[in-house]
Amino acid sequence: MLEASTIPRQDRSLHVLNRLAFGPRPGDLERVDSVGADRWVQQQLHPESIEIPQVFIDQIRTYSTLHMSPVDLFVEYQKPLMQARREAKQAGGDKADLKGATKDERLKERVVMREAVEARLYRAIFGPRQLQEVMTAFWFNHFNIFAGKGLDMVWTGAFEEQAIRPHTMGRFRDLLGATAHHPAMLFYLDNWQNTAPNSPGAKGKFDGINENYARELMELHTLGVNGGYSQQDVIALAHILTGWGLPPGRGGGGGGGGMRRAQTDQQMFPPGLMPRGFGFLFRRRQMAREGQMPARVDPSGFHFDASRHDPGPKYFLGQTIEGAGEHEGEEALDILARSPQTAKHLSFQLAQYFVADNPPPALVHRMSQRYLATDGDIRAVLELMFTSSEFWDPRYYAAKFKTPYEYVVSSVRATAVPVINFRPLYGTIQLLGMPLYGCQTPNGYDMTQEAWLNPDAMMTRLSFATALANGNLPLLNPPFEEEDGASGPSVVSKNGRYKGVNFGGANHVKMDPVDPAAVTSAMGGGLSPNTANAVETAPPQLRAALVLGSPEFMKR
Amino acid sequence: MEPIDEKELEEIGCGGCAPRVEQPLSRRAFLRRTAILSASGIVLLSRSAWAARTLDSSGPRRRLVVVFLRGAVDGLNVVVPHGESAYYDARPTIAVGRTGGQGGVVDLDGYFGLHPALAAMEGPWKDGTLAFVHACGSPDPTRSHFDAQDYMESGTPGIKSTQDGWLNRALGQMPGAHAPTDAISLGPTVPRILEGRVAVANIQSGRAAMRPMPLDRPVVESAFDRLYIGSDPLSRAYREGREARQRLTAELAQDMAEANNGAPSPQGFSDDTDRLARLIQRDPTIRVAFMALGGWDTHVSEGAGNGQLAGHLKPLGDGLSSFAKALGPAYQETVIVVISEFGRTMHENGNGGTDHGHGNVMWVMGGPVRGGKVYGRWPGLSTGSLYQERDLAVTTDFREPLSVVLREHMGLQPPQLAAVFPDAPRTQGNVSGLLRA
Repeated sequence: MLEASTIPRQDRSLHVLNRLAFGPRPGDLERVDSVGADRWVQQQLHPESIEIPQVFIDQIRTYSTLHMSPVDLFVEYQKPLMQARREAKQAGGDKADLKGATKDERLKERVVMREAVEARLYRAIFGPRQLQEVMTAFWFNHFNIFAGKGLDMVWTGAFEEQAIRPHTMGRFRDLLGATAHHPAMLFYLDNWQNTAPNSPGAKGKFDGINENYARELMELHTLGVNGGYSQQDVIALAHILTGWGLPPGRGGGGGGGGMRRAQTDQQMFPPGLMPRGFGFLFRRRQMAREGQMPARVDPSGFHFDASRHDPGPKYFLGQTIEGAGEHEGEEALDILARSPQTAKHLSFQLAQYFVADNPPPALVHRMSQRYLATDGDIRAVLELMFTSSEFWDPRYYAAKFKTPYEYVVSSVRATAVPVINFRPLYGTIQLLGMPLYGCQTPNGYDMTQEAWLNPDAMMTRLSFATALANGNLPLLNPPFEEEDGASGPSVVSKNGRYKGVNFGGANHVKMDPVDPAAVTSAMGGGLSPNTANAVETAPPQLRAALVLGSPEFMKR
Repeated sequence: MEPIDEKELEEIGCGGCAPRVEQPLSRRAFLRRTAILSASGIVLLSRSAWAARTLDSSGPRRRLVVVFLRGAVDGLNVVVPHGESAYYDARPTIAVGRTGGQGGVVDLDGYFGLHPALAAMEGPWKDGTLAFVHACGSPDPTRSHFDAQDYMESGTPGIKSTQDGWLNRALGQMPGAHAPTDAISLGPTVPRILEGRVAVANIQSGRAAMRPMPLDRPVVESAFDRLYIGSDPLSRAYREGREARQRLTAELAQDMAEANNGAPSPQGFSDDTDRLARLIQRDPTIRVAFMALGGWDTHVSEGAGNGQLAGHLKPLGDGLSSFAKALGPAYQETVIVVISEFGRTMHENGNGGTDHGHGNVMWVMGGPVRGGKVYGRWPGLSTGSLYQERDLAVTTDFREPLSVVLREHMGLQPPQLAAVFPDAPRTQGNVSGLLRA
């Protein structure tokens, strides 16, 4: 009986490649077959055991901004832009002059986002530690930030690299703590402004409680929307987190600056989003270089400002947290990470992503129990899921509709085309409504068929499949230079604010058409009779496109 | 067997898969658009509702067109309180002159006057189809473009997690059957305001206009047709996508042919409005349309009767005026609202511009509008009346006039309205009589 309710042997390898990886590359099925699907799953659960080719390491190394600290990113990429703007404004002139004067700095800044986007795609397409890449995308979405919001333009890549990636299969508490301390999150959800009323540092922009981060921390990051907390708990958590923010400026994080300064800053960033203080920070570093004064700024970009913190006791989720400065926040994160509600919320999300849009409740329950028993060990929860009878239930085989990101990445993997120019790929993902780092709302993208299957998505996917299969995507074009105007990294918000992509097909380097037999073979056959018939009777130059555009390839 | 045209595939190869996007807040970029389909074609976003909808052409056609001025237009220089001396005191170099002089306002009612670059709007004002709601805006105090636009499009000020836009929710609540071309959006991507369950046709603009998709070639189409023959969700989505694309492609091709035969018009906002007007006339299923126009963030050198703001207002006014004309009889069934995320500071700054403020002016235009009147409750410009002593105060929540339009023009009942604007404040009566009964 058990045998009958398990995915047939010949499909097991494809199943794990579709779920723990972004689909098979040619040869992957044979490789998984040879070690066995179960053992391959174990390898993926221990990414450190999977060797990374030197060429891959070298490529990742070229994305230098990924490895910079938030403070260095600010100093190297944001500060020059601010200075150029300020100088241009002081010199007078109209908006066009201002734009011209800051052109070089703006182009330079865009490199940061482009590197983040390309590194993400490069690793997802070519990286051998596939589960690691799947989990990085999963957790980034769980702890979503929006790159189009002010300073996060230079911090989003670092956020993924430093706060998400190292903890994808570790303890959830570490992951939660890393995101809570990262300036990209503190900025995105406004906690850098969260200030205890009447505290010594309350002044100007920092003039009161900001609940935004506290609310999302419970609703989205941990307990879940019906996680049994009240508005009083939100307020208490906001008080606990007062003073968690970015490095201070002159005046130690309080007022200073004044209206003129604030107005200037509003023009440099999407409105009002410029933390005061960073200018001073820059001057301090410069002074330190010149030997005048030691730099005392934490390069991580996190700073706890005691003068804006509420020192009193707080009553949070049924317990009293005594005033203890920064440590109160750690205590609250401990409570949240250990909550059964958090275990349930995370287990549901993982099971929905890896098993089915409506995941089986019994599986979610067992995963929650494992989470609680292991103090939030993500690897242990994943292992339980990947070895569960539900994961291997034929009802859930190929039951997940690929998201735009998964569709594009898996297409490129299946065709094994080389990629030098990533723009056509992130452009397509953007066109399909899922721009990388471009989700404005903190809840991230939905991962269900309902969210992504619609008439236009089908048209766009099939157009992409046809162009890819015919070698008509300029994937081999030499790396482009950043241009002014309509070019730049693809950080596109859903309501049309973006840094544009100029994606010229004019001089594109012709690629070879994709061999339909190779793609079919990479998928291990597995086409329905109808699809197989449609492919066989189609003109030869359309066959690979049909395979990539088939219902079977839309699913994982 | 029809061979694939390599050159054509090469051309569409990239265009079909990546958007040609432009800086959305650049007026020049906007004006450069010649609209129609890019290679990406029609973007139909929907969640699930599309599957169950069928076309029904009975009943009167009511349409709503929303124009979003991204970047926060300076409403005090659009509908100028020229009867208030505080206005002139606060704006020594950028105040629009009193009536009569060079570059002075077009007087509306003795107290308010229209910016002279909007002279084309005098016609609709005089024939009683243009109204304004002054001191209108969001109750949320943010002065961030990002947040304020988000709130104005989600229709839920202060709540960031709302995933759909109010215009899409409104569409879903409208009585009668729905067609795939219910809502048209002109622009690079489907905007926040139209995100949601109901299918939205997105018409791209730019040089990629009318560039075909691979699927438009019969040989490609018929090959893919054979993949999606079932009654499963993927097949239904595929077939509906084909239908919508064929339909709008045909309409736009005809429009293009007509446009080419006609006199060449200067490229600009009016090109897009004219095209939209022809689409609306040709396709009676269109209920809702959305366009955005950027370039209103005037921190520097805003100008008064002439200058930067005037240069932006001129094509807007001309475009709206020609849109009204191009709609023909359909104008009687159409309401056009012009909104912007917030107003600007009352005082000009040291750079001859204005900074991010609060209250603003909303425009309401169309046959059903009882125009020739500035609605709302004018709070005045004395220091004590200003919001935080610097901005025009908001006395009318932006959702109130929109609710009037949705209820009285688009036929939404109170419970449906509550689904569009949850937690909207009680009506204050500031806009009673905005539409003709």
